[in-house]
Amino acid sequence: MGSYVLRRVLQMIPVFFGTTLLIFVMVYSLPGDPVTALFGDKAADPAVVASIKHTYYLDQPIWKQYLHYMGNLFQGDFGTSFTGRPVSDIMADAFPVTIRLALMAFVFEMVLGLALGVLSGLKRGSIADTLVLILTLVVISIPVFVLAYIAQTVFATNLGWVTPTVQDSYDLTQLVLPATVLGSLSLAYVARLTRTSIGENLRADYIRTAVAKGLPRRTIISRHLLRNSLIPVVTFLGTDLGALMGGAIVTEGIFNVQGIGNVLYRAINQKEGPTVVGIVTVLVIVYLVASLLVDLLYAVLDPRIRYA
Amino acid sequence: MPVAARARWVLAVATSVALVATGCSSSGGGGSSSSDASKTFSYQSSEPQNALQPANANEVGGGRIIQNLFKGLVDYDPTNAKIRMQVADKIETSDSQTFAITLKDGWKFHDGTPVHAKNFVDAWNWGANPASNQINSSWFSDIEGYQDIHPATGKPTVDKMSGLTVTDDLHFTVKLSHKVSYFEYKLGYIAFSPLPDGFFKDPAGYGQKPVGNGAYQFVSWAHNSQVVTKAFPDYQGVDKPKNGGIVFKMYTTAEAAYADLQSSNLDVMDQVPPSALATYKNDLGDRAVDAPQGAIQNIGFTLYQADWAAPDKAKVRQGLSMAIDRDVITKTVLQGSRKPATAWVAEGVEGYKDGACGDFCKFDPAKAKQLIQDGGGVPGNKLLITYNADGGHKEWVDAVCNSIRQSTGVDCLGDPKPDFKTARAAITGHQINGAFRTGWVQDYPLNANFLSDVYRTGAASNDFGYSSPQFDEAATKADEAPSVADTVTGYQQAEAVLPSGMPAIPLWYYRTNSGYSSKVQNVKFDSFGNPAWTQVEVKG
Repeated sequence: MGSYVLRRVLQMIPVFFGTTLLIFVMVYSLPGDPVTALFGDKAADPAVVASIKHTYYLDQPIWKQYLHYMGNLFQGDFGTSFTGRPVSDIMADAFPVTIRLALMAFVFEMVLGLALGVLSGLKRGSIADTLVLILTLVVISIPVFVLAYIAQTVFATNLGWVTPTVQDSYDLTQLVLPATVLGSLSLAYVARLTRTSIGENLRADYIRTAVAKGLPRRTIISRHLLRNSLIPVVTFLGTDLGALMGGAIVTEGIFNVQGIGNVLYRAINQKEGPTVVGIVTVLVIVYLVASLLVDLLYAVLDPRIRYA
Repeated sequence: MPVAARARWVLAVATSVALVATGCSSSGGGGSSSSDASKTFSYQSSEPQNALQPANANEVGGGRIIQNLFKGLVDYDPTNAKIRMQVADKIETSDSQTFAITLKDGWKFHDGTPVHAKNFVDAWNWGANPASNQINSSWFSDIEGYQDIHPATGKPTVDKMSGLTVTDDLHFTVKLSHKVSYFEYKLGYIAFSPLPDGFFKDPAGYGQKPVGNGAYQFVSWAHNSQVVTKAFPDYQGVDKPKNGGIVFKMYTTAEAAYADLQSSNLDVMDQVPPSALATYKNDLGDRAVDAPQGAIQNIGFTLYQADWAAPDKAKVRQGLSMAIDRDVITKTVLQGSRKPATAWVAEGVEGYKDGACGDFCKFDPAKAKQLIQDGGGVPGNKLLITYNADGGHKEWVDAVCNSIRQSTGVDCLGDPKPDFKTARAAITGHQINGAFRTGWVQDYPLNANFLSDVYRTGAASNDFGYSSPQFDEAATKADEAPSVADTVTGYQQAEAVLPSGMPAIPLWYYRTNSGYSSKVQNVKFDSFGNPAWTQVEVKG
């Protein structure tokens, strides 16, 4: 187990270098010149452009820029944005917001999704099952931004329960609505995955054995059925945590949440290399760690899976 | 120009409408009730793209914060766009080249230090130096000695411009390298703001926590969230704040801001989103604002290309202009958010001359066809109009093309570039084939700004390659005129040259389509598209 984890962590190193290089090259090859674009419609002043490029190391060939960036990174310096703010500060502001939003969405989809999935999986064909199926179908077929606008109109404009947008991104209660919207699509998937998985396992031999042994129903469901049914769901949830963080751009825009999505969107638009590379690198690491955790969880759920 | 244009074009992507700056008046509020001068109001903003230094703000996000924190020698009266004295007591010149400037006594920076002549001179010298990385550096290019402090290549040889001389605390002179009769109009631009002595020791630190001399002083900047300001009790300007401060709330989409405005979580907004253009007057009632802006949208032509260089191609351009049904497009596609243009200078600007474009800006398909034929037709009978796809331009470019196609049979197509900076790179790099979307937002409300900076031979924003000796001569004469009034007439004569060459087709003027919450009143927008900040009253 220990050596397995170590191996996985070591594997992250080449992935880390590969991602940073790839993102760096991609940002570099975006069309248009970021410094000239700072001048807007007005003609860019060549002397100032040269001076700004020199300040941000943009007058060097790309491989030198990359080495310079990586060199600074290992000294804990993520570079500076065009506003003169260190990228590390920008990330320190935005990541906590997005992490909270993603975790809230994650908890919401996990708890409610599993509950609905178990409910409809155990009572196939019942009214509850049909309701869950219809509800999840509706959620899956509506794009997230439509859902977001509906929620905004109903809960904020019509009912007045909440403010239409988030006034303070650090206030957890204000993040409830955006998190619900953000998690709703995955919730539908989790519910449907759980339902199918439970349906299959209900007919499995070991369940019949457990029933025949006379075990209480509660034990059968929680210890035998759920544990075995959760493997595909855990796989989905693991990758979804990363997707929630990177994919919150639309939701963050509509509810004006000042998280990673907004910052990343602005940075890509402005072709601000250090900001984009910094954020994407952290996102990649989150993804890697999440998938490692998922793999380790398999062993907990299914004793047959072992990591030597 | 770009004071406004930038952030929106680059940032606001899906959101929209792009250019912004303004005309003058605006709608007033409903019934007025008592107001509380200590209460603050919030304004829709976007995260500044540069540090908050006056010579570094050329986009709305930072620009409108800076213009409240700093006050220059002069500014423009929000009600009529005329120039008015602020820190300056008087600005005198006898030859339109040397200006003697007298300051009013008693102005203070927010840190308590007095505003003296050297604060202006030091700030301008610092801003002009390319080593300071200031985007608005070229604003100082009229001043004598600019070439030494800001050489096109290489390191500056001096750190002071020879044209700036401090006489005493309240007097200094500015000598320009050539005659610019309307120089005082330029002085209202934020780049000419004074800076406190402490600034020069730590420009980066002051860029995050600016100390100015304006009506509002800086309180805090929560990045990507809000910038908080409060009224400065020692403010000496003619426009004393009637409110306690402004909170600039950052929004990434206009839709989010509009939703907040309707529920009174935001007090004043910048522009309603395009999706609300059709309904906002109903939604907001007498709190809706529809005011003119000092900004114009044009279609420019690549006169540097052999296809369009021939003199008789001017007729083709005139014809194309007459093939565009501006009235219908502004009313339908643009939902009344623009007003058809009849000149190259925007409405409400000092020196605006209605109808300068003459018949060429009137819709007349028969005459359009005739003119295009007389000029030898559009090269290849096909016109491509390049535009940036992130600025909400697609709809009207398509409409303009339809109008041209239906009236004249010329095959017209939009040629979208992915974003603003790509389109700009193609335009300035002369990589365009035929025509492109262009526009101008006033830097200062004077017709010279719309003409000299755009249509002069070799002017920084002359992306057309237009060169007309008559225009240049008229413009130079106007610059050397003994008074601003004569300059204005001089430039009107220069503008009269444009119809014959038609380097760009004027389309329409921008308007401010905005609104405010029920918590505030007396919200009037100026020609820059900004509310008269200090006049906003918060209900008690």
